Amino acid sequence: MPRRKRMRKVAAPPGFRGYKPYGNRHGSKEHVDLLYEEYEAIKLADYQLMNHQEASHLMGVSRATFARVYESARRKIARALVETREIRSVFGNASLDHSWFACEDCETRFNIPDNLTGQHCPLCKSENIHSIKEQI
Amino acid sequence: MKTIISSTGKKLESGFDLRFGRAEWFCLLDEETGETTFHENENKEASHGAGTKAVEKVIELGASKIISGDFGPKAKELLEKFNIQMVLLSDDSRSIADIIDRIK
Ligand SMILES: [Zn+2]
Repeated sequence: MPRRKRMRKVAAPPGFRGYKPYGNRHGSKEHVDLLYEEYEAIKLADYQLMNHQEASHLMGVSRATFARVYESARRKIARALVETREIRSVFGNASLDHSWFACEDCETRFNIPDNLTGQHCPLCKSENIHSIKEQI
Repeated sequence: MKTIISSTGKKLESGFDLRFGRAEWFCLLDEETGETTFHENENKEASHGAGTKAVEKVIELGASKIISGDFGPKAKELLEKFNIQMVLLSDDSRSIADIIDRIK
C-alpha cells in the first residue's frame, strides 16, 4: 500500500479544467497534469507574493514540502510552455476543507455555507450541480 | 439577501474584477429590490491583509454572498466563519450588469 500523503490545504479550486496552447504546429501531445496543490503554491508565491514561510503555513505543510510542491509546479508549467503541451488541473493530494461545487449548466464554482439549506447554483439557480471532488 | 460583486469601476457597465482583496470597487446588490450601490475598496493597495480587510468591508455592508474570481486562504477562512458564500467566476469579459442579469 502506498504511503498516505499528508493533505495540502487549498483555499479554492482553480477556475479552469485545463489550458491549451494554440498556434503550435505539432498536434496533440501528452498533457501535463498540474495538481491542485501545485496550482495553490504558484498562486500563493507568485500571484499573492507571499514568502514560503507564510505560504507553507497556510497550506498546512512544512517549508520543505512547500518548496518541493512549488518547484514541481514551476517545472510543469515551464515544460508545458516550452514543449507546447496542454495543462490539466488534477486533484492531487489537495484538501479542499470546505465543500466546493460546480454548476453543470454555467460552470460557476461555489461553496455552500453551513447555514444554507438549498443546493442550487447561486448564479443561474440550476440544481444540476456536483461536488468538485467527485468530478476529478 | 445582499451580494457583493468585485468590480473594476463604479458603474453597471464596469467590468467584473477577478481579484477580491485587490478589487477596485465592490458592487453591493440587493437581490430582493435589484438596487445596487458601489463602494470603493480603500485597501486595494495595502501591502498586507488586503483580503482580510475586504472581508471586514463585506461584513460591514451586510452581504451574505460574494462573486469574485479568486479568494486567498485568509479571506476564505474568515468568510467560512461568517457563513458568507463564495462564488467563483473565471470570465472577466462580463460587465457587472451581465452578472446581475444572470442572477435574476
Ligand atoms: Zn449555474
